[in-house]
Amino acid sequence: MAAITLESVGKTYAGGVTAVHAIDLAIADGEFLVLVGPSGCGKSTLLRMIAGLETISSGAVKIGNRVVNQVEPAERDIAMVFQNYALYPHMSVRENLAYGLKNRGVPKDEIARRVAEAAKILEIGGFLDRKPRALSGGQRQRVAMGRAIVREPAAFLFDEPLSNLDAKLRVQMRGEIKQLQARLGTTSIYVTHDQLEAMTLAHRLVVLNGGRIEQVGTPLEVYRKPASTFVAAFIGSPAMNLLQAEVSGGRVRLGGASLPAPGAADGKVTLGLRPEDLQRTRPGAEGALLMNVAYVEELGAQRLVHGTVGGQSVVCAQPVESDLGDTLTLTADPAAVHLFDAASGKRLG
Amino acid sequence: MVENRRFLNLLAHLVLILGVAFVAFPVYIALIASTHGQNDFLSGLIPLLPGHDTIRNYSAMMTQGLASSGAPPLWLMLGNSLIMALSISIGKIAISIISAFAIVYFRFPGRMIAFWLIFVTLMLPVEVRILPTYKVVAELGMLNTYAGLTVPLIASATATFLFRQVFLTIPEELMEAARIDGAGPMKFFWDILLPLSRTNIAALFVILFIYGWNQYLWPLLVTTGTDHYTIVLGIKRMADIADQQPEWNFIMATVVLAMVPPVLVVIFMQRLFVKGLIETEK
Repeated sequence: MAAITLESVGKTYAGGVTAVHAIDLAIADGEFLVLVGPSGCGKSTLLRMIAGLETISSGAVKIGNRVVNQVEPAERDIAMVFQNYALYPHMSVRENLAYGLKNRGVPKDEIARRVAEAAKILEIGGFLDRKPRALSGGQRQRVAMGRAIVREPAAFLFDEPLSNLDAKLRVQMRGEIKQLQARLGTTSIYVTHDQLEAMTLAHRLVVLNGGRIEQVGTPLEVYRKPASTFVAAFIGSPAMNLLQAEVSGGRVRLGGASLPAPGAADGKVTLGLRPEDLQRTRPGAEGALLMNVAYVEELGAQRLVHGTVGGQSVVCAQPVESDLGDTLTLTADPAAVHLFDAASGKRLG
Repeated sequence: MVENRRFLNLLAHLVLILGVAFVAFPVYIALIASTHGQNDFLSGLIPLLPGHDTIRNYSAMMTQGLASSGAPPLWLMLGNSLIMALSISIGKIAISIISAFAIVYFRFPGRMIAFWLIFVTLMLPVEVRILPTYKVVAELGMLNTYAGLTVPLIASATATFLFRQVFLTIPEELMEAARIDGAGPMKFFWDILLPLSRTNIAALFVILFIYGWNQYLWPLLVTTGTDHYTIVLGIKRMADIADQQPEWNFIMATVVLAMVPPVLVVIFMQRLFVKGLIETEK
């Protein structure tokens, strides 16, 4: 087990395209860090640079205290779980697990011991002698993790390991990965484009956009205080409403409506309101937002009301039993009001 | 399927039987002819029922050959053909799988040029380059040797191309997983690429074995002594004699024996062969 440190790590491809811009990041020993972002944000490239599958154009990657820029993947003491599992199709599950150890010259009885142990942890003991093609998606996923576990590496690297599973299995495996990591305490870096996966798994998550870090923080920090409109829109489901508004006199104004915004400087802003933070209030309340309802999505636990406020589209979450008219009168807590610079999208205050 | 009607069933069987008869009849004729004595053919009618000279014909061909047309005993020619077919198929597979490995998995200067050069030679069949090749082989003193028979036929663009396509279907993550598992390039080749290409190798082996076994033009050029005659060459020589009736019983015995090894190869490798041609999942 080890800490991993990235010191202004960058990746520029031969064609001159920069996929990752000088990223600084310190991952503590035993931490579960999730890299999240839309496709093309450089998260996989970053992971592959840590794994040693991509060369590092600038900066340094340290695993423990060792700079590993020039070290072969096998000698970096990491294990990786791939999106398509990358199990060796012609080898049995047992051989798949043992292959890396065999190449390292681990003695036979030690290999057998570790394989048995990993099989017990992951409950794959029943099909150690089967070929990967005879396994279901979830079982293959376990075997892929088993291959990482038997190595007893300094760090696990996960590259979107759950993307190939169906929704139900994904939730189940997500829970298992979380428990497994907590139990083994191995430093883990996990790449995903699914914000829900990121929120549920991470000790800390790193939101990437265009090869740069937008925000680093615990899931709750990122959810409660998104550093930019990008993070605000990316984390949380349904996404945060982002509205063009103006601040004057300590209130953020949106057409005729206004919400308290203590301490904000006057000027144009982007107002962020989470759907779940919008509450109904009595009609005619001072400064309330008037929402024209367009349509309603029933989710069972709640309903999502889609509509417009002052011509800008807004989603708000309402209890299922609520009776809705054509217009809703909405307000929000001052603490739930997020303000972002209208030009740069950076968080204000 | 279409409806299961009696008439259609009959028709389907009739067509199939005709097809089989059409293909199998010449083989049957050859088989029957090899069981008759020399005189049974003089009438000009080909017998359709087995004769009584089977053992005599075959043992004569195996032990003595057909001296009148300069053909050595069959076991020698069968041996030569076997050596040639095996060398060509094993050599081609070995060389082309290594070339494909280099082209697909290594980044080196001139990689694409190398690939295209190999690819371009696909357009040149043996017959086109046969004269320069003959000259090279002759000047290297390889006439009438096994090396001369096989080496020029070993280089193969087709097989290289085939293995390249096979390797391209193997997911890149497999190579990356192997790298993380501590397998170097050669270990990756032995432990992962070779086993994964097993069925393709088998399919290619069958095709190449038959290709090598059926070679005629090249052995005709580079062999002058009977020591290195191949069986296909021998058949041609026996049938092609001047001023004399071809001895069909002996020729057909040779033909039947010449068919046996390719048939055995196909039978024994059929399962792998079919898998290699249809399998897509890696």
